[in-house]
Amino acid sequence: MRQVLLVRYGEVHLKGQNRPYFLRRLTENVKNAVAPLGAEAWLSDSRIYVAGMADMDEAVRRVTRVFGLHSVSPAWELDKDYKEISAKCVELAKDLKGTFKVNARRSDKRFPMNSQELNAELGGDILESNPGLRVDVHKPDHYISVEIRDRAYVYTGEIMAAGGLPLGTGGRAMLLLSGGIDSPVAGYQMMRRGVSVNAVHFFSFPYTSERAKEKVLELARIVGEYGAGMKVYVVPFTDIQLQIHEKCPDEMGTLIMRRYMMRIANIIARKDNAKALVTGESLGQVASQTIEALGCTDAVAELPVLRPLISFDKQEIIDIAERIGTYETSSLPYEDCCTVFTPRHPMTKPRVDVVARAEEALDTDALVRAAVEGTEEILM
Amino acid sequence: MEAYLDNSATTRPTDGVIDAMARCMRDGFYNPSSLYAPALNAEKAMRACREELAGALSVPAKGILFTSGGTEANNLAIIGSVSAMHGPQHLIVSAVEHPSVLEAFHYLEGLGHRLTVLRVDGAGQPDWTQLDEALSDPPALVSCMQVNNETGALPDIPRLVKAVREKAPKALIHVDGVQGFLRVPFDARQVDLYTMSSHKIHGPKGVGALYVRNGVRLIPRQLGGGQEGALRSGTENTPGIAGFREAAVEMKAIPGLYDMLMEKKRLLWREMRSAVPDALLNGPALEDGAPHIVNISFPDVRGEVMLHALEGAGVYCSTGSACSSKKRHVSPVLLAMGLSPDRAEWALRFSLSPHTTDDEIRYAARQAGVLHATLRRFKRR
Repeated sequence: MRQVLLVRYGEVHLKGQNRPYFLRRLTENVKNAVAPLGAEAWLSDSRIYVAGMADMDEAVRRVTRVFGLHSVSPAWELDKDYKEISAKCVELAKDLKGTFKVNARRSDKRFPMNSQELNAELGGDILESNPGLRVDVHKPDHYISVEIRDRAYVYTGEIMAAGGLPLGTGGRAMLLLSGGIDSPVAGYQMMRRGVSVNAVHFFSFPYTSERAKEKVLELARIVGEYGAGMKVYVVPFTDIQLQIHEKCPDEMGTLIMRRYMMRIANIIARKDNAKALVTGESLGQVASQTIEALGCTDAVAELPVLRPLISFDKQEIIDIAERIGTYETSSLPYEDCCTVFTPRHPMTKPRVDVVARAEEALDTDALVRAAVEGTEEILM
Repeated sequence: MEAYLDNSATTRPTDGVIDAMARCMRDGFYNPSSLYAPALNAEKAMRACREELAGALSVPAKGILFTSGGTEANNLAIIGSVSAMHGPQHLIVSAVEHPSVLEAFHYLEGLGHRLTVLRVDGAGQPDWTQLDEALSDPPALVSCMQVNNETGALPDIPRLVKAVREKAPKALIHVDGVQGFLRVPFDARQVDLYTMSSHKIHGPKGVGALYVRNGVRLIPRQLGGGQEGALRSGTENTPGIAGFREAAVEMKAIPGLYDMLMEKKRLLWREMRSAVPDALLNGPALEDGAPHIVNISFPDVRGEVMLHALEGAGVYCSTGSACSSKKRHVSPVLLAMGLSPDRAEWALRFSLSPHTTDDEIRYAARQAGVLHATLRRFKRR
């Protein structure tokens, strides 16, 4: 008798002819997640099974982070023998209080009892051994689940997994990563939909410090753990910021800066074979995130710009950041996009032709080229 | 080239200090409390350090108590002495103390003691009128630093001692000497408690000391095996103490240390002033402050930005004290000394050691001049 992890997948169910591809990828991702524990994973009978780990809690923690899964249940794997199954059910129900329900499922029709019979018989055995329990088939406090497949499985309860789609099935994208709260969450949200994400970070030494850069790399490391790591392209950005500050109207400063970020990210994304850009923008959060401002930045991005947080409230973003473990690092006080360059009265309804005209004061090609050439690649 | 001008944050241990510590770990590793002969040598080495420190302060060696550093010594002095008294007390502390002093006083205030925070003037001197008034409610403890860590201000300790002794003879006086010890001469006989730290004088981190005048009662903050007269339990940090001693010996052996530091400080201000003509000196007048700390505001450029720009050129300094550098607000010490928020935001602290070279100082000033000229062009509109 050994313990295994029963893993249920989520939205992949909805796939038609592509389903085998998604399932192969998903199984592969689960395998990779538990490989460091010495465990193996396999697909069988619309379930993924994980077995061979010494530390069940760690296996649960790792598997529930794999995108594309619905839930997991640590289960006992038994022979298809009624006595053995019953004994395990009784043992699991030993310390329960309140109401329960047995949830039996017979996939192997050769097993002599059907689901209804199993429910009734096992329910009776449990009630006999633990008189404190009552049966409630509608809203029980506890489920005791039994599945008869090529082996028998007994478990109580299920643990929700991360949902989404298998990582690697959604193509590649380039995240514009800052040290703030939003962009790491945006990266996570895209990875959850199966997208492989690398990041570009704009570094403004001496206006931001080495510590600020370390903070961003740490964020990339945390988010990267949900996939296969993350590469960060660190772009020297000070010259561009200074030129904008010196030569462009103050109220357009941030907007023009965002446009330069888009241009540079676009070039780096193509080199990295990414098919879209990802930002942490949320509509109306700041002046550069109004619909008009987003239009101005999109105008220079050739690749599609994905904004997974566009409709999220700040608090919703913070809640996710806390859950995925980036909030604490994001809250470190090192300065990011330096306040020295934040206009006092930024334009909230910019027009793209006006902004483009203001940019003519700058040698855009040369500035962008120099920034891209000075870019440093760091694999986290 | 590099110029390390952040010696008030910490100093580089000298080769002599490193050797003394390595020797202690290799050959003299015994527990001083053990009963065999080599352990006795470890104890003797500690006594040698006590004598060295005490000698510099003109006090008896048995008054020296080793701690893990300045913070622990300040905590023990303040919380330990007030805990030994009965009932709520009146306590006086200057507004520009290091957090390890101020936080200890605020902790005591939270326990029900009355706290007077002494204002200071632009040169870092306590408000003598306020002190006079505060003394009419006789305090149990008065604490004032020897050298201000951010500006090098030298509060007039003899005047403070005289005022306190006259009006409140029972009050204990504590001086935090972390930034002054062995750089600015001090006679500790006039006070009851005096704090020292090793890593500010080219010794190792993790060791400091508290001078406790005979007869002053302290309640220990750390209980255990009864080391250091039961005031500070825990196996003694003998390598640290050996390094501390060596550092003290070497500092004392530098001839004309004070004048030499003062000469370097004059050079630094002169060079900075000629590189950045509108640079502003904060705190006391040049000749009135400690010889190793200068606080300068470079107009229109935030200190943090200037610091990182200098860092890029290999020049290391600090905004305020290093402990508060990670917080984003402007130095409360500079504000307490009456600087405008802008000027406080522009401030950088340069701190010297006898090992700082004139070349380092000239290089730093040259870099500051060039960088400041560039950075101030991008002043926020």
